[in-house]
Order: sequence, then structure tokens, then C-alpha cells
Amino acid sequence: MRAGGDQVSSGKFDYLGLALLVLGLALPWLLYPVLATNIVVWALFAVGFNLLLGYTGLLSFGHAMFFGGASYITGIVMLHTHLPMPAALLTGVAFSIGLAYLVGVLSIRTQGIYFAMITLAIAQVIYFAVTVFIGWTGGENGLQAVPRGTFFGLPLENDRVMYYAWLVIAVIAVAFVKRVIHSPFGQVLKAIRENEQRARSLGYNVDHYKLMAFILSAAVSGLAGGMLVVHQHFTVMDNVDWQTSGEVVMMTLLGGMGTVYGPIIGAAFYLLLSDRLAVLVNAPGVVIGLIFILTVLLFRRGIVGEIMGRLDARRARGGQEA
Amino acid sequence: MAEPGVVLSAKGLCKDFRGFRAVNDVCIDVLEGTIHALIGPNGAGKTTVFNLLSGFLAPSSGDIIYRGRRITSMAPPAIARLGIVRSFQISSIFPHLSVLDNVKVALQSKSELPKRFWVSERTTSRFDARALELLEDVGLTSYAYGLAVHLSYGRKRALELAISMALEPSVLLLDEPMAGMGAEDVESMTELVRGFAKGRTVVLVEHNLSVVSALSDRITVLQRGSVLTEGTYEEVRSNPQVIDAYLGGQHD
Ligand SMILES: Nc1ncnc2c1ncn2[C@@H]1O[C@H](COP(=O)(O)OP(=O)(O)OP(=O)(O)O)[C@@H](O)[C@H]1O
Ligand SMILES: [Mg+2]
Repeated sequence: MRAGGDQVSSGKFDYLGLALLVLGLALPWLLYPVLATNIVVWALFAVGFNLLLGYTGLLSFGHAMFFGGASYITGIVMLHTHLPMPAALLTGVAFSIGLAYLVGVLSIRTQGIYFAMITLAIAQVIYFAVTVFIGWTGGENGLQAVPRGTFFGLPLENDRVMYYAWLVIAVIAVAFVKRVIHSPFGQVLKAIRENEQRARSLGYNVDHYKLMAFILSAAVSGLAGGMLVVHQHFTVMDNVDWQTSGEVVMMTLLGGMGTVYGPIIGAAFYLLLSDRLAVLVNAPGVVIGLIFILTVLLFRRGIVGEIMGRLDARRARGGQEA
Repeated sequence: MAEPGVVLSAKGLCKDFRGFRAVNDVCIDVLEGTIHALIGPNGAGKTTVFNLLSGFLAPSSGDIIYRGRRITSMAPPAIARLGIVRSFQISSIFPHLSVLDNVKVALQSKSELPKRFWVSERTTSRFDARALELLEDVGLTSYAYGLAVHLSYGRKRALELAISMALEPSVLLLDEPMAGMGAEDVESMTELVRGFAKGRTVVLVEHNLSVVSALSDRITVLQRGSVLTEGTYEEVRSNPQVIDAYLGGQHD
């Protein structure tokens, strides 16, 4: 799979973003609200992950440590302190940032598959920590009965209210990621993705930029993790496990890395599919895996990447005829 | 102390790859404002010397002095910021960025902008004019807004030169800028290099000897990692060892 798709789109009106926003507003009336909220949370996780994979060219196979790790931290703060819920979310984000800094310092110089393996290994250490500190994490049972708290005075016990509160945060966070991608810093990230050696020869301290991208990506993933535990009332060890790291890779590739919105579509597609398959077949994982392979073979750039690529190609042809 | 007029010098450079000596006791003094060619048969160690000079490899022994300052084993970005900029033997651009952005990434590198992830990329528009100027110099104006990946081979090399020039290097290391080009492109590339070299120092690795003779002030001949001889084109080509070892019957 290769990146691409949004190269020509800067400066144009963001139709896809608007369409997604409209769909996002309607979603809790089309699906049951808890599933809709899950889609928002995982979509945000995938968008944060893709800042690293799609725009910096780094494949982390341990992002569950940020998503799941922050879900525990935020949950613990909600359970054991009287801090307001947004502060609990921010604590989870701060945890992710600190962890990303440490992990990044250890791993950012490694290339390709080695980077994936080191991040995976460290993520398993975090998983192990969750199993050891049972008093805090609940071990096998997970963290239960986490209150939702209130969102700037707004009670969140209604699932649709909960959904819209999270939609607001997610829209802001995605807008932030989009800004990062289309910033001078983002330009350098893309340059590093395209040709790391050349970026170094131009005087860029590539490790510094990669570390910064890793931290930003982890911060967004941690925010999503905190949002997960608050809306579900619980978090479990699965959320820090390697399979979660794998799922976010799949969502991103399905939707199209190298596009801002691809991971959102990928996450929605993946979760809707899992939701339907869970009632239809015994081994949904196998079916999802097959569908994943097929999609990747048919749409090499992911769903959104492929559509945008074809639209751009058609526009280019139209431009020549005109 | 720096010797007068010497910008960049290699002093007894050696590089071993697992016991294989690719560069052996190489001494080169590059004089300010000259085009200095580095020639030699395939595998002579030319690219390795470039990798040493630009910090992409650390020498096994020996020193590199730039304007009186020891830069041996400094990291590539640091060396680039000192003003020694290299190109690569395999054309080295940013394929899925626009041609304009390829140059702008280079132009930005000395500013404070690249660290800013919170401002819009429109802030980089202050580099547009300079970037377009550089693209005009290399004849790529009409391709500015397309992706670099779609350029022809010769134009990619021209773009690569524009990227290097965007840094306003004081020393430019060019590794076979004409490799794989058709005769016409070679001619225009020669003119480009000549133009850019005015007021700068260029070290040029090149197999095409007519280009070497047209451009270079001094020539160092490498063979199996060692310096065979050094001199002007006339001196080098009349050196019997060079004729034996490298030129054979192929020159002129
Ligand atoms: N990273 C490396 N590891 C091991 N051997 C290497 C490495 N880089 C270069 N060499 C060897 O060192 C020798 C010199 O290579 P180098 O690329 O510097 O030659 P060159 O003069 O640039 O040749 P060409 O004209 O083909 O570009 C070759 O024998 C090459 O195989
Ligand atoms: Mg070479």
C-alpha cells in the first residue's frame, strides 16, 4: 500500500469533511448510540495513529499502550478522585505523552520492522503492568463502574447526549490532526516519509521530528482511550493488548493511510462489520481478516485513498480536455 | 589552522567495511571557488568518500576539515547546516510531494517554521517566490504544481539540483548528476552546474569525461580506494598510470 490521495486537495473546499460531519450528526439515530460512540472513539484513535503511519511513515505496533493505557489512567482518576471528567481525560493524555516520550527515545532511531517490534515489546510490558497492579486495574475483571461524570455541567447518562459530547471533542481533535498534517511541521513529516536520507541531508534532525510525531500521535490515541472508558463505564485488558494495536492498523489501512479521513471510514467499516458478524458467524475474526485482505488487494490505497485517487485522476483528465 | 584557499580537506581518510578497505588514506584539498572532480572506475570509492564528507558514514580513521574546523563524524544534518550539501547518486527527491514543495522543504529548513505544527502551511508561502525562481533556473516552472514522482528522469535530477541549491550551500557535493541522462539533458545539466558553481565550491563525481573536462578545475583520480593522482584535466589525462588504470582507450 502506498500513501497519497490528499496531495492536490489543499486549498479546496473540504466536501468530504462536511459529509462526514453531517453523517456524524445523524449517526446515533441510524445506529444504537453506544455503537455510534464506539465508532467516534475508535475513529479518533485511528486518526491519531495515522499521523504516524500515513504521514511520517512509521509503523507502530504498540499503540494499544497509549489507547488502553490512557483508558486505565482516565478510569482510575474518575474512580478515585473528585477531578472533573475533562481533567481525567487530560490526565490520560498526559500519561500518553510521557509514555510516548520514553518509548520514543528508546525506539525512534530504529527502522521499519524493528520499530514495529520494539513498540510491540514495550506495549506488552504495559500489558504486563496492568496484570500485575490488580489493585488499581482490576486485573482480569478490568476497571468497572467508571462514572461518566459531567461535561461542562451537562449530565452524560443519556447515551445520545454522551455521543454528541464525544463528537464535539473528536471533531476538535481531528481538526487539530488535520492542522498538524497541513502545517510546516507536517510538510517535513511527509518529506521524511518520502525520503528520510534526503531530509537528513537538508539539515533536518529527522529523529526529533519523528519523536514529535510519535508524541502527538500518542496524545490523540490517549484522548480516544480516555473517551472509551468514560462512555463505556469500563475498560478491560484487551484494550492494552497487541490485538488492539493490530486492529488500529487494519482500520487505518482499510480506510486509507495518507488521507486525513480514511481512518475514520476504516474504523466505522471495521466496527460495523464486527458488530454484524458477531451475531452471524462463530469466528468473526477470520471473516474480518479475509475481508481485510480482499479490501487491501482491491483498493491498494484503502477505501478513501482509492476514491480520492480516482477522482483526482478523472479531474486531471478533464483538465486536459478543457 | 586552515591552509589558505582550502575549504574542505580530507586528511588520510580510511573506511573499512568488515575488513574490506573501500577508502584508503585519501587526501584531498578542495580549493575555494573551484569545481573539483572525483573520478575513478566503478567501485573506486567515490560515493564512499562523499558519504564520509557528508557525515553519512564515519571514517575508520583520518580527518575531515572544513574551513579550519574538524567535522569528522559529525551528523549529516549538522554538516548540512554548516553549508556542505550533497546530492545522491540515485536521484533523491520527495516523490509524493509537489515539485514546488520539494524545493520549499529545503528552503524552510533554515527557518523556524518547520517546528511549528500548530500553524497553517500557508505560512510557508513566503518561500514560494524563491522556490519558483529556483524551478525556473532548472526549467521546471511548468511542473511546479504536479507531483515530483511524475517527472521524467532528467527532470528529477534537475529538481534534485534545485533542492540542493535551495540551501545555498557553500560546498556542493554532486554524485554523478548526469548519470543515465540523454545527450541533450547532459548538456543542459552541464550548463546548470556551471551556473550554480559561480561563487561556490563544487565537488563532482562524474563518469562522463567530456563533462569532467568541461567543468573541472582540478581532478582527483581514485582507484581501489586510493588516490592515484591529482591535477588538471591535461595533467591527469597524460598520466600513464591513469591511462593504464582507468581511461584506457575510452577518452575523447
Ligand atoms: N555500505 C557498504 N558496505 C560494504 N561495502 C560497501 C558499502 N558501500 C560501498 N561498499 C564497497 O566499497 C567499494 C566502493 O564503493 P563506492 O560506492 O564508494 O564506489 P564508487 O566509486 O562510487 O562506484 P560507482 O562508480 O559504481 O558509483 C565497493 O567495492 C563497494 O562494494
Ligand atoms: Mg558511486
